[in-house]
Amino acid sequence: MSAELQALGEHVASSLGEAVVDWAIAYGDLTMVVRGQDIVRAISFLHDDPQCRFVSFIDICGADYPGREKRFDVVYHLLSPQHNRRIRIKVEADEVTPVPSIIGIFPGANWFERETYDMYGVLFSGHPDLRRILTDYGFEGHPFRKDFPLTGYVEVRYDDAEGRVVYEPVKLPQEFRNFDFLSPWEGTDYVLPGDEKAPQS
Amino acid sequence: MGEHNIRNFSINFGPQHPAAHGVLRLVLELDGEVVERVDPHIGLLHRGTEKLCEYKTYLQAMPYFDRLDYCAPMSQEHGFCLAAEKLIGLEVPRRGQLIRVLFLELSRIMSHLLNVTTQAMDVGALTPPLWGFEEREKLMIFYERVSGSRMHANYFRVGGVRQDVQPELLDDIEEWCHHFPTVLDDLDNLVMNNRIFKQRNVDVGLVSLEDCWKWGFSGVMVRGSGAAWDLRKTQPYECYEELDFDIPIGKNGDNYDRQIIRMHEMRQSTRIMLQCIAKLREPAGQGPISAEDGKIVPPSRKDMKRSMEALIQHFKLFTEGFHVPAGEVYVATETPKGEFGVYLVSDGTNKPYRVRIRPPGFAHLQGMDFMCRGHMLADVAGVLGSLDIVFGEVDR
Repeated sequence: MSAELQALGEHVASSLGEAVVDWAIAYGDLTMVVRGQDIVRAISFLHDDPQCRFVSFIDICGADYPGREKRFDVVYHLLSPQHNRRIRIKVEADEVTPVPSIIGIFPGANWFERETYDMYGVLFSGHPDLRRILTDYGFEGHPFRKDFPLTGYVEVRYDDAEGRVVYEPVKLPQEFRNFDFLSPWEGTDYVLPGDEKAPQS
Repeated sequence: MGEHNIRNFSINFGPQHPAAHGVLRLVLELDGEVVERVDPHIGLLHRGTEKLCEYKTYLQAMPYFDRLDYCAPMSQEHGFCLAAEKLIGLEVPRRGQLIRVLFLELSRIMSHLLNVTTQAMDVGALTPPLWGFEEREKLMIFYERVSGSRMHANYFRVGGVRQDVQPELLDDIEEWCHHFPTVLDDLDNLVMNNRIFKQRNVDVGLVSLEDCWKWGFSGVMVRGSGAAWDLRKTQPYECYEELDFDIPIGKNGDNYDRQIIRMHEMRQSTRIMLQCIAKLREPAGQGPISAEDGKIVPPSRKDMKRSMEALIQHFKLFTEGFHVPAGEVYVATETPKGEFGVYLVSDGTNKPYRVRIRPPGFAHLQGMDFMCRGHMLADVAGVLGSLDIVFGEVDR
């Protein structure tokens, strides 16, 4: 299986040339990192090439890595029912540079790109209808970004006096608790001062 | 009347409509009674499950998966367990796998029973849901007996399942499996051979196989259009490889084919369940129900009372949780609705860095627009029913 994937990865990487920035096989999944401007070419190659035939669209999602220069990953998952293989394509993106939309090849990408835009604020160029999809009408911000608080900024309630639903800044009766569990469990791996002569196990 | 008086009519379907199967708002553009455009507005049940999981340990994130497709809760838990197990490299013991498969198929029947019968209600029948719910109630009691909860079971764990099944429960499930095909026969006679049901469903909501792949459809949708594609066979997980079952496929890709497939899948699931029960009773089916890696799976209560180390492990596992090696995986499982995928990114800590839930219903609902164009308004509810949409998973 992994030899097949290796061959496939080499084939795709050599055919797409410099569009492929990096590729790897990990946990039995083939991942290719593609330049943002080449994504449409890459996807249509994967769709049409007889060795690939990734004709089934599976998923598009975002992921946020705030420490990076281009903070977002747009992750595409495709499936080839003919060869019974999967592939993952990743494109790096930021808040301002749009990623070309792949609706021309996979019409099913429409809502998935809308969702990625809604949740992360990644823009897609050539998308016919880049509206919000999952959040409330009139929502502000992109909730899945790592710097967006879990509790959000506004809460809604029905106001009896006004006779309508009102939006208010969120009030927490108890501070949001997020414990740090990264302190060591296994014990220390450094040598205690003064303990240098003890036999190291 | 002059030409300028003719105009299209927009109506709002839902969000509180009994045939909307939840909180779906459809904006329909009609020409007379013919549908010109469908614009589904979703997200009314959006809870941010994926974000919530990022703030929870792996164990705490599990119950959120029950609440996705609440018609077949355990199937969702399973996807998340498999993803975490793949990252850790954990092998589930055989008995654990058999119990999982038994309850996965039970969940499949729960989901299909609900869908087939309520879709019949959408096209005008009232008796089928009453018959279907009677059986579904029994299945929920099995859920309760194994996990303590009728719906949101939270029964699967990374490494196996929460606790063993009692032999009496296996006896009762087996008895139910022997009785259930007669109910399916009754439903076949009542619904599938019914003239009105056929008139409302045959050649309605047609999808070609090519469209299915392009739009990201999966599960019953692609099988209804003629592809023998079932992840349990093509990319097997757990112990499906050693079980004997068939994959029903359709020819026409219409509503009727999809419902017939669901009926057949219920029969196949019953078959699988009977095999699992038989295998669970064999000597080879005995043994642990979950992996015995003390760093992942908590110790038994008995050990905890006697061993200090077990107590410490228990405390750490239920406060800090276990750590999952850094990496990313995508795991797809064949849930009743289609391909349910979990894309899990771990940064090596006790909480997932990113959990992406790929719901099958999201892609299917998107197809409403092209499937309903040119159909009558009354068919919208029928097509929606045959897609098997549950808003818990579409909106997440």
